[in-house]
Amino acid sequence: MANVLFNILIFPGFLFASVFSLTAEYVDRKLCAKLQNRVGPPWYQPLADFIKLLAKEDIVPQQADSTIFTLMPSIAFTATLTAFFCIPLWQTQSVYPFSSDLIVVLYLLTIPTLTFFLGGWYARSVFSMIGAARAIIQLFAYEIPLFLSILAPAMLAGTLSLSEMTVFYSHHPWLVLLNLMNFAIALVALLGKLEKTPFDIPEAETEIVAGTFTEYSGRLLAFFRIAIDMEMVAGSSLLAAVFLPFGFNLGPALGFILYLAKVLFVVALLSLARTIFARLRIDQMINLCWKYIAPAAFLLLVVDLIVKGFIVK
Amino acid sequence: MHSHDFQIPIGPQHPALKEPESFLLTMHGEKITSMTVRLGYNHRGIEKACEAQSYIQDIYLIERVCGICSHSHATCFIQAIEEIAGLAVPKRALYIRTLIAELERVHSHLLWLGVAGHEIGFDTLLMYTWRDREVVMDILALLTGNRVNYSMNTIGGVRRDITAEQKQEILKATDTLEERTKYYIQIATEETTIIKRLSGVGMLLYDDAVNLGAVGPTARASGVDRDIRRDDPYAAYGELKFNVITDKHCDVYGRAVVRVLELMESYKIIRQVLADMPEGPITVKAPRKIPAGEALSRYEAPRGEDVHYVKANGTDRPERVKVRAPTLANVQVVAHMLKDRYLADMPIVIAAIDPCFSCTDRLTSLRDSDSGSKNYMTWPALRSYSIEWHRKQGIDFSDLNKKFKVPGN
Repeated sequence: MANVLFNILIFPGFLFASVFSLTAEYVDRKLCAKLQNRVGPPWYQPLADFIKLLAKEDIVPQQADSTIFTLMPSIAFTATLTAFFCIPLWQTQSVYPFSSDLIVVLYLLTIPTLTFFLGGWYARSVFSMIGAARAIIQLFAYEIPLFLSILAPAMLAGTLSLSEMTVFYSHHPWLVLLNLMNFAIALVALLGKLEKTPFDIPEAETEIVAGTFTEYSGRLLAFFRIAIDMEMVAGSSLLAAVFLPFGFNLGPALGFILYLAKVLFVVALLSLARTIFARLRIDQMINLCWKYIAPAAFLLLVVDLIVKGFIVK
Repeated sequence: MHSHDFQIPIGPQHPALKEPESFLLTMHGEKITSMTVRLGYNHRGIEKACEAQSYIQDIYLIERVCGICSHSHATCFIQAIEEIAGLAVPKRALYIRTLIAELERVHSHLLWLGVAGHEIGFDTLLMYTWRDREVVMDILALLTGNRVNYSMNTIGGVRRDITAEQKQEILKATDTLEERTKYYIQIATEETTIIKRLSGVGMLLYDDAVNLGAVGPTARASGVDRDIRRDDPYAAYGELKFNVITDKHCDVYGRAVVRVLELMESYKIIRQVLADMPEGPITVKAPRKIPAGEALSRYEAPRGEDVHYVKANGTDRPERVKVRAPTLANVQVVAHMLKDRYLADMPIVIAAIDPCFSCTDRLTSLRDSDSGSKNYMTWPALRSYSIEWHRKQGIDFSDLNKKFKVPGN
């Protein structure tokens, strides 16, 4: 019982996930600033922002559905936090491994987008409704490539369990190279999932103010924001576990440091993309995903199947 | 209006707009079906205020028509006065005016490039161009003592001379800026997402540009070969060699190309001005009272043709001042450019004319935006309404009536 509580509240649950998410946000913001020739925030800025938002007044618009409006941030937060328990972090086993946990993780990581949609839609403001519609349209564009790109390595390993996948790749390290293209596709899809430039279309500031989050303030916004940070870390951890599955037998201390380095590497790639691209239009984004990225993901899936048939017995 | 259509208010307060202005978009999904523009949120009554002040005071007021092209408005205004008064402005003064005008164009175009980047979600470009803009801002501060409202002009010349050391500084800054601008030209012509977001957006064909009266880079990007600097030379432009940049793209991409290439022309002009600047006085003595007469002055501001009309009546105050800022000519084309475009194109299309709404705002009549009625509150009515409102809050201001005379009563 104490162990379960420790897992939920301290590691890898609430405390660790929150602290790591804020750290990842800091790395993202600082790196972005450095690339843009700015000074960037001090290390405690994400925490300061969070505390400041907690202290602010919660405003629920009169015309909004107050139940859904106030419930959505905590659902987003809980879903991303839960995902941490099923992703192998610094050893081949996740905290609570079970067969087909890959599907559960992908599902849990989809929930935040759905909460953005519902929260924005039931805020009943023009800007948040457009943002909500865009979030759900975008979901259909990047989910398929993301699922396909993660499915390919899973097929190669012949399992839908993340823990078994990491075990497989520790035994066949060279097969990781085969999945490098999948890694690129998953990164692009993750950018869409996290609504970061060039796919920050649902919250395009200059068009629809803050999109989904236009009407959110105070604690509700604080929890939405930390949920997004946590989604970034959980998504990056998933990508690190699937596409960078090495160094799991280094022991707790080194393994843990390696895990942090892997996740921050993925976060750094995301911030790099954020600084070098302009925001696409929603139609261009759909085109990009369905015309090029999804077919490429299908092709790579076929490649992985062929390799599996001939090489991996 | 179709049943699925809805309206979305862009402004008066909106992150895409740097100044208060209202655009009401009728949307069909992500597509804009029609747009109405409502000006007037930033009206300050400068034209009227000019009539109550002396010419010298007016220069500093006119300069504040626009924060970015302050030199443009001041020069345009002063040219009109000098024409009425028949003043022969010294050549050195004209060269210094030209120099400041081109430095201002550089700072305005770099600012625009950054804003354009921000509007399409490319903040890196914003950070880079605004960093480089500091170089030219520093030079302007060095020459005039101020970063935006330079106050370099006076009737009959300029207020400050330029020293040899300052010339060296300007040349050094120009070299730095030229190198950076080349990099931006490379970005604008090679970066895929920028080209994707800009080309084909906000189309304005040659005929439409002429019919709707577009000016400046907006018109030149549609192939309209118009530039006051060449067509009706003022200051020292008649003696300088430069090209008028035009482009055939007719879209926002073309407008960006015109502006970055104009930057290169500006550097050319700055170097010529510094090389050819004659020695001599920088000002002639101007009379305090300007003889009766009227004049129309044209000036190629960074955003397009700026027109000032001044009527003098022999006193030290103008009888009438009329400003036609370039944005007023360009704002009409925005609605045309946005028709049947996506919502995502709205910010960049509006930004592509480089709007300056505070220059543009005019007031013809007051109208309630909801009811459309032209009844408005008079000053005494507004005052008593305020007193009544505060009394309801428990604050009593009625004692003040005894101490101060209420205007209008």
